[in-house]
Amino acid sequence: MGKQPAAVIGVGQTHYKAKREDLSIAGLCREAADRALADAGVGFDDIDAVVVGKAPDLFEGVMMPELYLAEALGAVGKPLLRVHTAGSVGGSTAIVAASLVQAGVHRRVLAVTFEKQSESNAMWALSVPVPFVMPVHAGAGGYFAPHVRSYIRRSGAPEHVGAMVAAKDRRNAARNPYAHLRQPDTTVESVMASQMLWDPIRYDETCPSSDGACAIVIGDEQAAALVDSPAWIQATAMRTEPTTAAERDQVNPQAGREAAAALWRQAGITDPLREIDCAEIYVPFSWFEPMWIENLGFAPEGEGWKLTESGQTEIGGTLPINMSGGVLSSNPIGASGMIRFAEAALQVRGRAGEHQVDGARRALGHAYGGGSQFFSMWVVGSEKPAA
Amino acid sequence: MRDVAVVGFAQRQMDAFDGSPTMVELLVPVFGELWEQTGWTKADIGFFCSGSSDYLAGRSFSFVSAIDAIGTLPPVNESHVEMDPAWALYEAWVKIQTGEVDTALVYGFGKSSAGQLRRVLSLQLDPYLTAPLWPDTVSLAALQARTGLDAGLWDEKELAAVVARNRATGAGNPHAVVSGEVDVADLLAEPMFADPLRRHDCAPVTDGVAAVVLAAGDRARDASERPAWITGIEHRVDAQSLGLRDLTRSPSTALAAERLDLDGVDTAELHAPFSHQELILRTELGLGDDVAVNPSGGALCGNPMFAAGLIRVGEAAAQISSGRSAKAVAHATSGPALQQNLLCTLEGGR
Repeated sequence: MGKQPAAVIGVGQTHYKAKREDLSIAGLCREAADRALADAGVGFDDIDAVVVGKAPDLFEGVMMPELYLAEALGAVGKPLLRVHTAGSVGGSTAIVAASLVQAGVHRRVLAVTFEKQSESNAMWALSVPVPFVMPVHAGAGGYFAPHVRSYIRRSGAPEHVGAMVAAKDRRNAARNPYAHLRQPDTTVESVMASQMLWDPIRYDETCPSSDGACAIVIGDEQAAALVDSPAWIQATAMRTEPTTAAERDQVNPQAGREAAAALWRQAGITDPLREIDCAEIYVPFSWFEPMWIENLGFAPEGEGWKLTESGQTEIGGTLPINMSGGVLSSNPIGASGMIRFAEAALQVRGRAGEHQVDGARRALGHAYGGGSQFFSMWVVGSEKPAA
Repeated sequence: MRDVAVVGFAQRQMDAFDGSPTMVELLVPVFGELWEQTGWTKADIGFFCSGSSDYLAGRSFSFVSAIDAIGTLPPVNESHVEMDPAWALYEAWVKIQTGEVDTALVYGFGKSSAGQLRRVLSLQLDPYLTAPLWPDTVSLAALQARTGLDAGLWDEKELAAVVARNRATGAGNPHAVVSGEVDVADLLAEPMFADPLRRHDCAPVTDGVAAVVLAAGDRARDASERPAWITGIEHRVDAQSLGLRDLTRSPSTALAAERLDLDGVDTAELHAPFSHQELILRTELGLGDDVAVNPSGGALCGNPMFAAGLIRVGEAAAQISSGRSAKAVAHATSGPALQQNLLCTLEGGR
C-alpha cells in the first residue's frame, strides 16, 4: 500500500501559565483536545485512536496518567498509546500519531501532550540519586551549562548572542496569546543584567516552568480534504544515542545531525536554509539556538551564532526561529516538543496570527531531550508530499 | 498491510534481580541471544522501541539508561512507550507498515521487586479522587473476583483449577519462577490473601526483561526458518473508574477481538495476573476447551511487569515457530483490573 499522506488538520493549545489552578490534569488536557477537535471541525466520535505524551511520570506523581485520562480524552473503546522519550516526547508523540495515519491504520488520530508543573517538582524528580549514574542535582541547567560553555569556546561566539536569542524569543512571545512569559520590553541589555544562574546561562536565558497542554489532530488524505489549509507532513525523523559514551559530542550530537540529514533527505531538501521558511526549535536555554542551527545543518559548524547575531532568526529574517516565543517563553515540558511541531503547522496553514511569517510554506518542528541524545523533528508544508 | 513476523525472542525472569533498575545487565545478553537467533547485528535493525515504567525503577528516565544496551554510536531510530512493551511491539509494527523500516527490535524491562509493587501500581489511579486512598492492585483485583463470585460466574474451585493448570504447564518452562503439579484441594486449603483471592491466585512479583525482533516479508524469511507471522494486532482501553465498569467483563478485549479473526486459534497466551482474569478473557475471546491456554504457564508462573505482555507474544510466536501451533493468539494487559488490552494473532507458513 505504501506510505499514506498525512496532515495536521487541527491544533489546540491551552494558555501556558505558571499555575493553572482552575483545572485538573484531565481538565488541562481536555481544554487542548477540545480546541484541536474544534479546529479540525470534528468530534470525539470521529477520532480513531488517541496518543498521549508527557515527560517523566515522577513529575506529577501519577504513574501512566493516560490510563486515568482515557475517559477525559474520549479514548474509551479505542486504541490508546502513551509515548515517553524524555524532553523530545512532544515531538515523538506527534510522529507516532502521524505514523498511525501514514501506515494506513487510522483515518484521524488525536495526539495530546501536557505537563502540569505546578503539581510537580521537576527538580526533585530529576535529582533522585541512582547508583552508577551521574547525578544531575542542579537540574537541566546545571547539566547543559558546560555544553554551552564549550560551544562558546569552540565557536568564539560573542557573549551577547545568547542574550539576543532570549530577547527575541520574549518579544516574539508577546505576539502569541498562548505564551507564558509575554515580555515585549526584554532587551539584550536587560537579559545581560539578569542574574547568572549556571555560568554562562543567566536567569533570563532559561525556560520557565509552565502548566499547559497541546493537542493536534492528524488526518489522512480524505480527512484533510475536509479542512482549510491542512499542514502536510512532508518528513519525520527520530534518532537516539546513549547519555554517556566517550565518543559522544554533546555540543553537536551525532543523533541530531543524522536525524536532520534523514529529515532533509525525506523532504527532498538539499539547502535547508533556503528551502525552510521558518523553524520552531527546542531552545530551553538561549544558546541552544545557535547550537541547533549548526546541528540541523542550517549553518556550518562554528557559524550558527552569526545567523542569530545578524538578526536573520527574527520574524522577517532569512530563517525566523521560534516565532511563538519558543520553549524560552512557555515550557510545559511534556508538551513543549509538540508545541514546536504544532506551531510549525500553524505557520504553513497561515494561522499563526501576529507571529505569522509571511508566505511560510515549509516549516521545521524540532525537539530534543535527555542529555542532548533524543531527537525528533518534522517538516510540514502547504503542499502535499510527492508520492 | 505488509506481512510482518516475529523472528526472534529472548527473555529472563526471576524473583528478584540483584542489579540495576534499568536492567541493562540483562538486556545486553538478551540482545546477544537475538543476534544469535537472527544472525543479525544492531546494523540490521531499522527501528528500536521499548516499553518500561519510571515508577518501577523509582526514578525518572529509567529507559534512558536502558538504551545503553543498544550500544553507543552510531545513533539509532528509536522510541519508547511508558507501557508494557507489547504496545511497543504495536508501535514497531505500525512503523514497519509505513514502509520506513523493514525490521525492528522491541524490548521491555521491569524490576518489580524494587518497591512494593501493589502500592506502586495504585499510583495509576485517578490522582485526585482514588489514588490518595491507596487502593492497591491486589485489592482491586479481589473486588473484581468477588463481583464474579457474587454473580455466579465462577467459584473458588474454578479459580484454583486455573492456578493448578497454569502451574502444571509452567513446569515445562525454564523461565517460570513458580510452577509444578499442585492439587486443587491443597490450593483451596491455603489462607486468604485478599479475600476471595489466595496468594496463588495472584501473579508472583517478578523481575525480568524480554525482547522480540520483528521483520517484514523477505527480511523475516532471511532471519528465521519459521517466522511467526502477525496476522492481526489490535488494542483497546476501557474507562478506569471502577464505578463505570462491569468488572466481570472486559469490553476492551471484546472490541479488540472483534477486529481479529480468531477462528481456528489452537493456542492462547493470556496475560492474566489474577486467576479469575483468565476466565474473563477466555469468555471475551470465546476460547473453547480445545484451545491450549498458556503453554508457558502464563503470568501466574511469572509476571515481570513491563515485560510480561511482550513475553505472551514471544511465547505464542515460539509455539508457531516450533510447529506446535498453527494459529495462536497472544494477549497483554495493563492498568487496574484489565483496563487496557492488546491482542495479536500469529500464524505460520506464508
